[in-house]
Amino acid sequence: MGSYQPSTQAERQAMLEAIGCQSMDDLYAQVPPEMRLDHLDLPDGKSELEVRRVLEGIAAKNTVFPSVFRGAGAYKHYIPAIVKSVTGKETFLTAYTPYQAELSQGVLQSIFEYQTMICALTGMDASNASIYDGASAAAEAAAMCRDRKRSTVLLSAAAHPMVRRTVETYCFGNGMEVKTVPVKNGFTDAQALTDLLDDTVACFYLQQPNYFGRIESARELGEAAHAAGAKFIMGVNPIAMAVLKTPGECGADIAVGEGQPLGMPLSFGGPYLGFMAATAALTRKLPGRIVGETTDHDGRRAYVLTLQAREQHIRREKASSNVCSNQALCAMTAAVYLAAMGPDGLRQAAESCMAHARYAAQKVCDVPGFDMVYPGPYFHEFVTTCPCKPEKLLAGLAKRGILGPLPLEDGNLLWCATEMNTRDEIDALEQAIREVV
Amino acid sequence: MELLFEKSRKGRRCDLLPPLDVPPAHLMAGMEREIPLDLPELSEVDLTRHYSALERRAHGVNNGFYPLGSCTMKYNPRINEELAALPGFTGVHPTQSADTAQGCLEVLYLAEELLCEITGMDAMTFQPAAGAHGEFTALLMVKKYHLDRGDTARTKILVPDSAHGTNPASAAMCGFTVVNVPSNPEGGVDLAALRAAAGPDTAALMLTNPNTLGLFDPNILEITQIVHDAGGLCYYDGANLNAVMGVVRPGDMGFDLVHLNLHKTFSTPHGGGGPGSGPVGCKKFLKDFLPVFHVEEGADGLEFRDPAKSIGSVKGFYGNFTVVVKALSYILTLGAQGIPEAAKGAVLNANYLREQLRGTYDIAYGDGPCMHEFVLTLHDLKKQTGVSAMDVAKALIDHGIHPPTMYFPLIVEEALMFEPTETESRETLDEAAAVLRDIRAQADADPEALHAAPHHAPISRPDEVKAARHPVLRYTPPEDQA
Ligand SMILES: Cc1ncc(COP(=O)(O)O)c(C=O)c1O
Repeated sequence: MGSYQPSTQAERQAMLEAIGCQSMDDLYAQVPPEMRLDHLDLPDGKSELEVRRVLEGIAAKNTVFPSVFRGAGAYKHYIPAIVKSVTGKETFLTAYTPYQAELSQGVLQSIFEYQTMICALTGMDASNASIYDGASAAAEAAAMCRDRKRSTVLLSAAAHPMVRRTVETYCFGNGMEVKTVPVKNGFTDAQALTDLLDDTVACFYLQQPNYFGRIESARELGEAAHAAGAKFIMGVNPIAMAVLKTPGECGADIAVGEGQPLGMPLSFGGPYLGFMAATAALTRKLPGRIVGETTDHDGRRAYVLTLQAREQHIRREKASSNVCSNQALCAMTAAVYLAAMGPDGLRQAAESCMAHARYAAQKVCDVPGFDMVYPGPYFHEFVTTCPCKPEKLLAGLAKRGILGPLPLEDGNLLWCATEMNTRDEIDALEQAIREVV
Repeated sequence: MELLFEKSRKGRRCDLLPPLDVPPAHLMAGMEREIPLDLPELSEVDLTRHYSALERRAHGVNNGFYPLGSCTMKYNPRINEELAALPGFTGVHPTQSADTAQGCLEVLYLAEELLCEITGMDAMTFQPAAGAHGEFTALLMVKKYHLDRGDTARTKILVPDSAHGTNPASAAMCGFTVVNVPSNPEGGVDLAALRAAAGPDTAALMLTNPNTLGLFDPNILEITQIVHDAGGLCYYDGANLNAVMGVVRPGDMGFDLVHLNLHKTFSTPHGGGGPGSGPVGCKKFLKDFLPVFHVEEGADGLEFRDPAKSIGSVKGFYGNFTVVVKALSYILTLGAQGIPEAAKGAVLNANYLREQLRGTYDIAYGDGPCMHEFVLTLHDLKKQTGVSAMDVAKALIDHGIHPPTMYFPLIVEEALMFEPTETESRETLDEAAAVLRDIRAQADADPEALHAAPHHAPISRPDEVKAARHPVLRYTPPEDQA
């Protein structure tokens, strides 16, 4: 109903008079009168209680599944209470980008800590302060690899379809050519990769674990890319990093990924977190904000936004990227999550994901008609066949409060289990599947 | 202050997850991580104290006046936070079928309808995550639109010299060449220069109106006409919409596309740099080029549809969804009357503060009224006293006021750009004016003290040159340092 203005009508009138104006129209003198609106066709303003009722009513139209066996780019994990309490602090919530270092040490230090933890997680040398999400981070990474001779991006077809689509869209903009490396048996086809690599290829993008949950031979594929002079970009699941070989160990030049599993709720797809880290050689090509440590005038440790010569406000059309606002509070969320979990906790979460996925796969495949499509190890996602129409299965599971697997284009099912799925829940899933099919 | 890593003690932890209730699973040899996982080891009380200490070393809108120009640091209503955190929103998986996510789709549908009315556009996407991301999205639409018409010659984007850096950077990311258009002596677009620049190679003009000087360009209809006559499109950078929402619409100024910064105009918090939301609105003839996942009415309710000639996807899923919930809550609260009232309040506060400073500081392009922000130029002050825009900005910190935007726009020397917003009271503006007058007096009396400001912040001025020359971008334990 109001507009959150502290001043009353009378105060505003007095202010107008204090600056020698009769009415607000004087202040809009530059706006051609024929363009001015006489009214907006919007509903009348509402009180806080009314707005609460409206939005609670809208939220109630959604189904929130108590039991989730689906990932495909958005994962349900436990979010420690401390995460929300820290990131809900009003100062962190309402501050702007920390341009003014003297007044923003708290925000800057938290980003520096985040960057350090992303390096630890990925085994890379330097991280930026975040990018919009995993898909846009992949697209920005591809652009980093371009040089005068090399402008082709090789994208694994085993990467998330939305990541592929986003990279393609960015490349429509910057003119890089995108070629797809096909999938064979649920893995990126190594032979096809070798065949596609030539001296126009700027980079090869691989997702680990891949879209089908499978663990790729990342180091070997990366070596093939390097042998042809191309850069190697890995898109990784951050929880899996606790147990899987890191991009650093696999020889990647750039590591990116969707940081949502690190303490962010599903939230219908956002806000999430694009994390991005690179080798020392590529540090100055990273897009977006980067925080660095320095000293203040009195020799005390201080943090600042640094390497700004890369950025749009200095370089304008020659900048490495247009990124200005990023996902800072999501980066802080990830930092608090990682600090709360610690090395043991994160490993425990990763191992719990693997164990529950394995148990779920066994239970699902106990039901006739459901079989693992790919043999061999996986992290927390796996693909099975489906003996009925997927819609029938999903509708039946939904009735029982279960968000079932994501149907793939070929009619198979992409499942996911995490530490959130208890043994009882997985047993109930098996029961439910039997009832439905 | 110590870092998390320096507070870490071996074996400390928060107990968060239960022991396994199923048999363990193992990776195959060769797949495992071999390098140590160097995350800090801390208890929960360590963490809460650490972040509370960091909070004390930061400044938010809750801490005091934040007149950071071009950023619209208005109050971020608490109700918006509560509603965005409803489990009915945060618990929805993005790939759920439309029939189980009607509420989320309704949020996007309703926000589109309301924001189209406010901007004078016909359709909108919420996929872009920030303003710059919106610029990029819109320019891809421009590119695809011209190509779709078989017009391959339109390779240039016109950008005024007062534009924000993201404008030319976004144009370059879309493969366009940037043509700078100079400003006229009044701070608006130089019409003769625009006429000379516009032609068969013009893809679009990017314009912020009111511009970054805080001035509404009175020639706006002529400007958009010149570009349209040349066959180009007109793109509105909505970062400054707060000055004019509900008063005049970009669609009525002749713009074909617009991005909004929900994290500025529509009160969603900046989170120390994000997440924001940069929806892009367009006129009907461009609707087919919007990114995928446009919400439309179907036979069984709302559903996502991919526009026929879509540019594709600029990120995963549908945008920073819960940020849109916050903005929707704000728009519903203000409604038809509150929206223009907020704009007028913002303009009044800016003009009021500017008049309090007139005579003390030089105002750039200060003849007519300003919109929601204004720019001071400290060029003469610096010549007379040696005190720079930076010095004045840093001195404000000692008075609990966040500095204005410094050294922007680039066309003003020693620029300080103030945007008070409508959610500040007269007392706050009077106090800020008094502080700025004191600082002006100090510039004559004791310029050295101003060069050394701030004196009461957690740190004094940092050595930025050292930071860039010898980048230290992460913590390294002393034993690992070379
Ligand atoms: C005029 C203008 N345009 C564009 C932007 C970019 O917006 P964002 O930071 O959300 O990407 C800004 C932000 O400061 C701005 O002031």
